[in-house]
Amino acid sequence: MLTLETLHIDLDGFTLDADFSVETGRRVAVLGPSGAGKSTLLAAIAGFQPVSGRVLWDETDLTPLPPAQRPVTMIFQDNNLFPHLTAAQNVGLGLRPDLRLSRDDKARVDEALTRVGLGGLGTRKPAALSGGQAARVALARAVLRHKPVMLLDEPFGALGPALRDEMLGLVRTLADEVGATLLMVSHEPEDAKAIAHEVVLVADGRAHAPVPTAEIFANPPAALRDYLGREG
Amino acid sequence: MRTPIIAAGLVCMAGAASAQDTLTVYTYDSFVTEWGPGPVIEQRFQERCDCDLEFVSVGDGAEILSRLRLEGERTEADVVLGLDENLAEAARDTALFAKHGVESPQLDLPIEWQDDMFLPFDWGYFAFVYDKTRVETPPASFEELAESDLSVVIQDPRSSTPGLGLVLWVKAVYGDDAADYWERLNDQVVTVTKGWSEAYGMFLEGEADMVLSYTTSPAYHLIAEDDDTKAAAPFENGHYMQIEIAGKVASTDNPDLADMFLDFMLTDGFQGAIPTTNWMYPAKMPAEGLPEGFDTLHEPEKALVYLGSEAEAIRDDAIEEWRAVSSQ
Amino acid sequence: MARGLFSVTRTTGAGATALALVLFLALGTLVAVALRAEGAGAFTVADLAALRFTLVQATLSAALSIALAIPVGRALARRSFPGRGVLVMLLGAPFILPVIVAVFGLISVFGRSGLVSQALLALGLEPISIYGFHGVVLAHVFFNLPLATRLVLQGWLAIPAERFRLAASLGFTARDIARQLERPMLREVLPGAFLVIFLLCLTSFAVALALGGGPRATTIELAIYQAFRLDFDLGKAALLALVQFALGAAVALIALRVALPPGFGAGLDRAVSRWDANTPMLRALDAALITLATLFLVLPMTMIAVDGLPALATLPASVFTATARSLGVALASVILTLALALPIAAWSVKSGSRLVEGVGTLTIAASPLVIGTGLFIILFPITDPFALALPVTALVNAVMSLPFALRALVPALGQVEADFGRLADGLGMTGTARLRHLWLPRLARPLGFTAGLSAALSMGDLGVIALFASPDAPTLPLQIYRLLSAYRMDDAAGAALILLVTSLALFWVFDKGGRVNADA
Repeated sequence: MLTLETLHIDLDGFTLDADFSVETGRRVAVLGPSGAGKSTLLAAIAGFQPVSGRVLWDETDLTPLPPAQRPVTMIFQDNNLFPHLTAAQNVGLGLRPDLRLSRDDKARVDEALTRVGLGGLGTRKPAALSGGQAARVALARAVLRHKPVMLLDEPFGALGPALRDEMLGLVRTLADEVGATLLMVSHEPEDAKAIAHEVVLVADGRAHAPVPTAEIFANPPAALRDYLGREG
Repeated sequence: MRTPIIAAGLVCMAGAASAQDTLTVYTYDSFVTEWGPGPVIEQRFQERCDCDLEFVSVGDGAEILSRLRLEGERTEADVVLGLDENLAEAARDTALFAKHGVESPQLDLPIEWQDDMFLPFDWGYFAFVYDKTRVETPPASFEELAESDLSVVIQDPRSSTPGLGLVLWVKAVYGDDAADYWERLNDQVVTVTKGWSEAYGMFLEGEADMVLSYTTSPAYHLIAEDDDTKAAAPFENGHYMQIEIAGKVASTDNPDLADMFLDFMLTDGFQGAIPTTNWMYPAKMPAEGLPEGFDTLHEPEKALVYLGSEAEAIRDDAIEEWRAVSSQ
Repeated sequence: MARGLFSVTRTTGAGATALALVLFLALGTLVAVALRAEGAGAFTVADLAALRFTLVQATLSAALSIALAIPVGRALARRSFPGRGVLVMLLGAPFILPVIVAVFGLISVFGRSGLVSQALLALGLEPISIYGFHGVVLAHVFFNLPLATRLVLQGWLAIPAERFRLAASLGFTARDIARQLERPMLREVLPGAFLVIFLLCLTSFAVALALGGGPRATTIELAIYQAFRLDFDLGKAALLALVQFALGAAVALIALRVALPPGFGAGLDRAVSRWDANTPMLRALDAALITLATLFLVLPMTMIAVDGLPALATLPASVFTATARSLGVALASVILTLALALPIAAWSVKSGSRLVEGVGTLTIAASPLVIGTGLFIILFPITDPFALALPVTALVNAVMSLPFALRALVPALGQVEADFGRLADGLGMTGTARLRHLWLPRLARPLGFTAGLSAALSMGDLGVIALFASPDAPTLPLQIYRLLSAYRMDDAAGAALILLVTSLALFWVFDKGGRVNADA
């Protein structure tokens, strides 16, 4: 269980508060107007953002831990791959940050790449991959890291609708395989409907406790109605 | 810890080892050029010493002494060759030299030489040298020089023995009025070079009408180049004398070789080469005498010189006096 | 800018160590010097003259460079012609041109028997002399006019093209444009440019050594050298060193306030379309200015090749051993520069502190002769400083190129960390893993540029080596200076050509090397 305990973030006058838990294995969509602090919330969980209050995984306090030591893997909006490394090396970083990969490690990297549908493309550098393929490489690495919490910060924002759906399907499958708790930032309510059990609404300086997806869209609170606008 | 490794590597690069005994002689630039005395003396001495004679050029004469002071007892030098009588006392005061141990050396100097630490190897008179094709009536005194509009190039007395010689020459002629004279000459000084070679080269390239050099310099053009257009201007004030000297460094690893070199220095093997390579008078006249052409040179009637502690007493003040005026 | 949440101890440690070394060299040596300066005699008349000469020549050199750079920069900004790109690139060349080589080229053109004097003689006029005050200023203008021109050109090209279009549509004359657009730009650019050049001329050593030298044309740097090498007066050398440092620090402080212009601007390869400057007279004026500036820059360098080529075959072996020695020093200096610059840049980016970079850039105001004197005073009681001549030269050269290195590396590393810092943190890439798999590959271009610059600067340096060199182990620039001093012009020409080619080649190889494998 991921718990945010009286979490408070102060960023030069911008503040965000959160105080809730997410059950293990749930897939959660983080929705809200742009600039509300969705990415900041994920950064706080991942350990990139100084906070007061505590971030807990089960009984363990994660707050004092650096990002790499948290049971968390994160996929960013962009710059998920190092352009100077091959796809396989980029994935391999998930196993060993110094890239001293054993034969066994390399086999696991190939396996992960095959798993996301990129078998045989390991030697390509990111510049030679399409946007969808690059996203798959990032997913392959996340799978290989095998962390209980997966954070996705709008990773498919630049992809077309068909490709997005395909990637969301893949995320859903992979998260289930790993048994990971998933938090995904999105500005598309459709994304949430497609894969999320629950929705965390971030608005007006507050990250609200998760509400089941069907329920929140059936009866949207004011902040979500404003955000959805066109549908409300 | 990368720095020391690199440092060690560079030090290795700089040093070269040799099995044979090496006699290191610090001297001035023009001594070791291919047309200077260096090569022939090196060859002749090595024929008899079974050693490696290495001349190291350290700049102009006066720089040799500064160099030695900077290095102190760590110096590599076994022998220092190319100071002159004006620096002898200062060199003695460094306590870096050993006595030469030669009882009453046989010398042919116009003055009596009594110094238990330094031996002369050649001598000459300072003079302003000009080109007869460009200067029709050379000045006959310091006064005439300052009154003319001739340009001159001189050497820095802090680095060069001729430069120092000139400062003392002016001091010997003008005494307390030396600063005043420098002031009058100042406009004509094209530049002050660090060493003699540079100044003489500039004169030959036509950068100045006259250069401070020696009465013997025209002999070079006459004998080596068959060119009689260069001459030294005789000054009725008299000419300052330079006696170039050598001495044994006290901290030498090769005292015997150093003694052997100093002995060799006053034999014909060394002295015979001086007139036509260093273009100075030999300190000990070689059997074959002076080469033809030297008889055409101006021989000053009046020789000026400060000896021993005299030069030492006035040197620093005289230099600072010159420097103060020349910096304006 | 991502502010590290957790103290990255290794980055901080390495950065602090490197910075401490820089501080020691810049200030520690000064303390050593200051302690030694106690009991030094007062300033003599000649020392005051050196101070005055230093200030006057630096002011005049900077003023002349700027005054000439304005029309040349304007001409370059508003004209496009074949070869313009090459010319703009050439403007960057004097920066890595060894001083002694340039001095040789200038003597060939402006000396008593140089091209200009020959032409004057042919016209029945008096030849000119390059030694002394005007020679020093001429050489400084040669070095700094290109720099000033680039800065001014950058200013011109930074004025948006739309403004010139607007001005054209409003019927502005050239004079209106000058008042409304150009003068405000110049007011912004010129003070910084002036200060940079003033600072560079203030610490000029090799130019004054080769072309000045007499008491009438002695800079403080040269006076330090003379007090040290000729008078063996360490107290006087120390006193002069303090004066030099105070001057440099004062100017640097002012320069910081006036905001330094950026060093190497890209995108100078286009001209601005101008509608006001299409009169035949202005075109002819610009053409003449560009031609003259090009000749002024290119002739000396051409003369080095013309004079040097025939001498190559007969060069003494000592020139080649000196070349090898200089190459060793240059490569060691590159390694040291990077070993200092990377940790400092990393710490600067991690801590987000401008102070770290500022301290690292301190040496731009420091004088190599002061550092050299201090090191000598510190080393002398411990070991033979002359035996350490080459390592000390490499180290001092590295420290002197540090400001340029940081200028290139800090923004680049900042960008890398902004783009990939969180990803690397999330993956636990720290220490050498981060260095090898993130920094080095992503920084290849600025690293190549930095290495090339520091190699070329070190290869051509004639500064601290002049203090320390043993007589039998000169570097190539020192060997050239000695050949010049002995008036062996042919050998000096050949050696100067070798130094020129080696320096440019070093820069080219490293800079190119940094671009080869750089992925987008």
